[in-house]
Amino acid sequence: MRNCYGYCQGNCIHRTSIGKGIKMKEISQLVIPEDVRYTRDHEWARVEGEIVRMGVTDYAQEQLGDIVFVEVPQMGRRYAKGEECGALESVKAVAEVYMPLGGQIAGINSTLEGSPGLVNSSPYTDGWIAEVKPSEISDMEGLMTHNEYIEMLKGSRQ
Amino acid sequence: MKELAGSSGLVLNEPLLFERGKRGRFGMSMPRRDVEYFPVDEELAGSGPDFPDLGEVEVVRHYTRLSTWNFGVDTGMYPLGSCTMKYNPKINEKLAALPGFAGAHPFLPTELSQGVLKMMFDLERFLAEITGMDAVSLQPAAGAQGELTGMLIFHAYHRSRGRCRSKIIVPDTAHGTNPASAALCGLTPVKVCSNERGVLSVEAVASAMDEDTAGIMVTNPNTLGFFEENIRGIAEVVHDRGGLVYADGANMNAVLGIVKMGAIGIDVLHLNLHKTFSTPHGGGGPGAGPLCVGESLAPFLPVPRVVMDSGLFRLSSDFPLSIGQLHAFYGNVGIMIRAYCYILSLGSELKKVSQLAVLNANYVKEKLKGILHLAYDRACMHECVFSDKLQAPLNVSTLDMVKRLIDYGFHPPTIYFPLVVQGAIMIEPTESECKEELDLFVEAFGEIVKEAEKSPELLHNAPLRSKVRRLDETGAARNPRLTCAGVIERGKDTA
Amino acid sequence: MRYLPHTEEDIADMLQVVGASHLEELFSSIPEDCRFRGDLKLAGPVTEWELNDMMAALAHNMAVAPEYKIFLGAGSYRHHIPATVSYLLGRSEFSTSYTPYQPEISQGTLQAIFEYQTLVSLLLGMDVANASLYDGASALAEALLMGARVTGRKKVALSSLIHPHYRIVVCTYLEPAGFEIIQIPYGLDGTTDLSGLREIEGLAAVAIQSPNFFGCMEDLSGAASCAHDAGALLVASFTEPLAFGLYKSPGVLGADICCGEGQSFGIPQSYGGPGLGMFACLKRYMRSMPGRLVGRTEDRDGKPGFVLTLATREQHIRREKATSNICTNSGLCAVTSAMYMASLGGGGLRELARLNYDKSEYLKGELRKAGFGIPFSAAGFNEFVVELPSGSEAVYRRLQDQKLVAGLPLGAFYSEMANRYLLCVTEIMSRQDMDELVSQLRAACNSLAGN
Repeated sequence: MRNCYGYCQGNCIHRTSIGKGIKMKEISQLVIPEDVRYTRDHEWARVEGEIVRMGVTDYAQEQLGDIVFVEVPQMGRRYAKGEECGALESVKAVAEVYMPLGGQIAGINSTLEGSPGLVNSSPYTDGWIAEVKPSEISDMEGLMTHNEYIEMLKGSRQ
Repeated sequence: MKELAGSSGLVLNEPLLFERGKRGRFGMSMPRRDVEYFPVDEELAGSGPDFPDLGEVEVVRHYTRLSTWNFGVDTGMYPLGSCTMKYNPKINEKLAALPGFAGAHPFLPTELSQGVLKMMFDLERFLAEITGMDAVSLQPAAGAQGELTGMLIFHAYHRSRGRCRSKIIVPDTAHGTNPASAALCGLTPVKVCSNERGVLSVEAVASAMDEDTAGIMVTNPNTLGFFEENIRGIAEVVHDRGGLVYADGANMNAVLGIVKMGAIGIDVLHLNLHKTFSTPHGGGGPGAGPLCVGESLAPFLPVPRVVMDSGLFRLSSDFPLSIGQLHAFYGNVGIMIRAYCYILSLGSELKKVSQLAVLNANYVKEKLKGILHLAYDRACMHECVFSDKLQAPLNVSTLDMVKRLIDYGFHPPTIYFPLVVQGAIMIEPTESECKEELDLFVEAFGEIVKEAEKSPELLHNAPLRSKVRRLDETGAARNPRLTCAGVIERGKDTA
Repeated sequence: MRYLPHTEEDIADMLQVVGASHLEELFSSIPEDCRFRGDLKLAGPVTEWELNDMMAALAHNMAVAPEYKIFLGAGSYRHHIPATVSYLLGRSEFSTSYTPYQPEISQGTLQAIFEYQTLVSLLLGMDVANASLYDGASALAEALLMGARVTGRKKVALSSLIHPHYRIVVCTYLEPAGFEIIQIPYGLDGTTDLSGLREIEGLAAVAIQSPNFFGCMEDLSGAASCAHDAGALLVASFTEPLAFGLYKSPGVLGADICCGEGQSFGIPQSYGGPGLGMFACLKRYMRSMPGRLVGRTEDRDGKPGFVLTLATREQHIRREKATSNICTNSGLCAVTSAMYMASLGGGGLRELARLNYDKSEYLKGELRKAGFGIPFSAAGFNEFVVELPSGSEAVYRRLQDQKLVAGLPLGAFYSEMANRYLLCVTEIMSRQDMDELVSQLRAACNSLAGN
């Protein structure tokens, strides 16, 4: 997730811009599982047999606030690693979602259509975004581990 | 403190239009039928929409009650930054409604529409004089359409020189319509950042400007309320590399009679008649966004254009290089009439308008400094930008403070914009407010800041006196209910 | 100047607070080489009395009813505007407010727009309508851009019986972005000839206006099936929404997007603007829509209320990726049209539409009886084309001298249409007015033929 757009002349709920008014979680309070790999843009990817499941991290969902709509990737379409494949929308901000690795979309989480809040409440489980049939499974090795991701977050919070 | 305008009077409830009415009522006088019924093609005929039938009194009450839930410039101070919510003179409303104007058909033969054509011709000349530009098109229906027109002219200009360019420079303080308008013409916006003084530097623009960049869109004075002091240098760099300079005139209210845009390197400029020239905003529109250009770009202006030969005004589309047409007819003539009346009423006193608008903004800035954190501590033009930095440790945000302002009887300023100031509070008092009103506004903010220290929850819950309190916008976006469909269905069930 | 409340004393006090010695000093941040030091050469200032006189003189130089009988339509219609509508929209709480970004103190505008969205959806037979665009022409351009977003294609087909100005506006909007625009010809009965449509590949959208520029009702369901078979959207355009009080709505006939000009509903003609861009579509395309939307929700106490919603589509959030660049729209005109529709009601709308139709049929019949040609046979609403004998310019001018504007000469828009005129009749025209037009036309033709 990056490119958080958002401003308004009215009621801005975009937390990254009024973050100080609302207490954000400490890094230690964030859920950062060890069984997934991470991108610098706060997506996660988990190998599940032939496919790789992907979504956005706890940090990403918290930055955005209440998610009201998820634009999921196109079923069956091939995307390159790092390509924009979807978007998360809160009331007054949009964050784009990028492919953690190249491949073809083999499944999308259609429950997000009616319950976009799942990305907020369980970003790594019920709030997953897509299943990818990877072109190169070795791409996973290029992604950050749990520890590397925590280090990156610490760096960005300084 | 002195008694504030905010009070809690009687607010009447009013149901949806669709919950009112009864079959068989009429709210409108029907003309007498003086012709017979003719057969209608049964296959094409429909049953007509299922509108509610209301009596005249019901309609009047419905909209009168709704209107009382609104806050307008006529209600009180409306310091919405970069929106220039100045007073809308009543005489202009009356004159725009004269039957000769309001009842005029756009396809009237030339000889039968000289009045409006002369008004348009004169207004173009007035705007050219005010901006120092050479030619004007009144056609764009709003600022964003003016921007689009400007970008179409950039596109046409570069194409006429043999090569289309693919990028456009847009500063980080720009209004969102700038990149959106440029994108419609296939231009990719390239962001440049303003410097520590809140303005663009020549160097920043120079490093972004190349042979594939069509030019720059710059709002001057910018949305931080500062005059882009390096504009001449910037224009020189852009022109040297074959580009054009677009000025977003949203903030022209600061520099009427003070700066002529045509003399500082601007090639294309749009005005907002609904900001600078006092036409009402109408709860969202309609406005008008005339486009002003230098002589060399005049051939690209939209058609039809008003021309005069031998004393007769007429519309002409005989401009082969024109980008085309953006409006079904000639633009928002009703709005032009109001702006024309405004300019005539003020004449050369327009300069005083800018002087007092800038005086008011600087006065508010000085008085509020210390109460709120001032983002850039320097003299401003027509607006000043504060932030919630001092209140953030109390867990009170910009949103909380401006919502509380409603309870005190003021419309909130623009907030969280420009993006370069975190928690921005952007105040544009305009020249319409007198000193006492500004003092009251400052005093109200002072009270709110005290409340932030003593009882922040009061601010989190604000506003308390309005028709409704803070609304569930997340719910509205997750489950969009955009029509009364539910109500209508229910009505049918019970009928 | 009465709009400027500052006394000399106020100015002196305020300057002291600001730390400036005179007003000019406030502009010291502007480099000297950017300053204008002269006086603006403008007329005025004038007093309110003088302004009244000046504007009355200009207004007097315009031809309007009732002095003139003007049989012009073609995208701008003279209908009766009830006194209540003009009166209510003059409530300055509506007119002097900004876009309702602060919902707590904008519920009046928000509810009025929400009701407008509902009325427009019902009128057009669509699921959702936005809070308005500028006018019918830009609404059509936006609809075609939306069709391209939905389908991922960049080719559109436009009926040649869409208002000629609308077609130019579409080209102006779409051409720089690399769109291919195909014109669909019209047939002998005065409607669009859809026969070649199926051969065009890769279409994003097909746009048809109904009633069309000649006043004829189009076969929208036929166009819908052509468009849908090709994977394209059907965009139904209109300039006269009153027609849907008599005829089936575009939604019923299969349109995916329906947009057009709402001026007919209580908005003064004002020489063509401001108008009202009505815009509606099917729910499944809602997130690709341009413009603002008002939604219903609740406040903290559970009280119903309204907010602007789905704003992530818009320029102030998505910037260059927005669905449109529109910001200021035609809000007050939208509210005006809602007031008008509320005053008319469902019964009134049907009755008024029928009256427009019957009057137009009456005039058509009288012209036929008088020997004039009515070239197109398709069903119409309140406009139709009449053919005058060659040399008709002189006839037209003679009538103009008698304060009759006998429609719109079509030769300027369609080269094959010299001597053909587009006539419009609304409820404003009495039988007597129409009889007068026919007899003057006959007299002028006879006298010129006699010469």
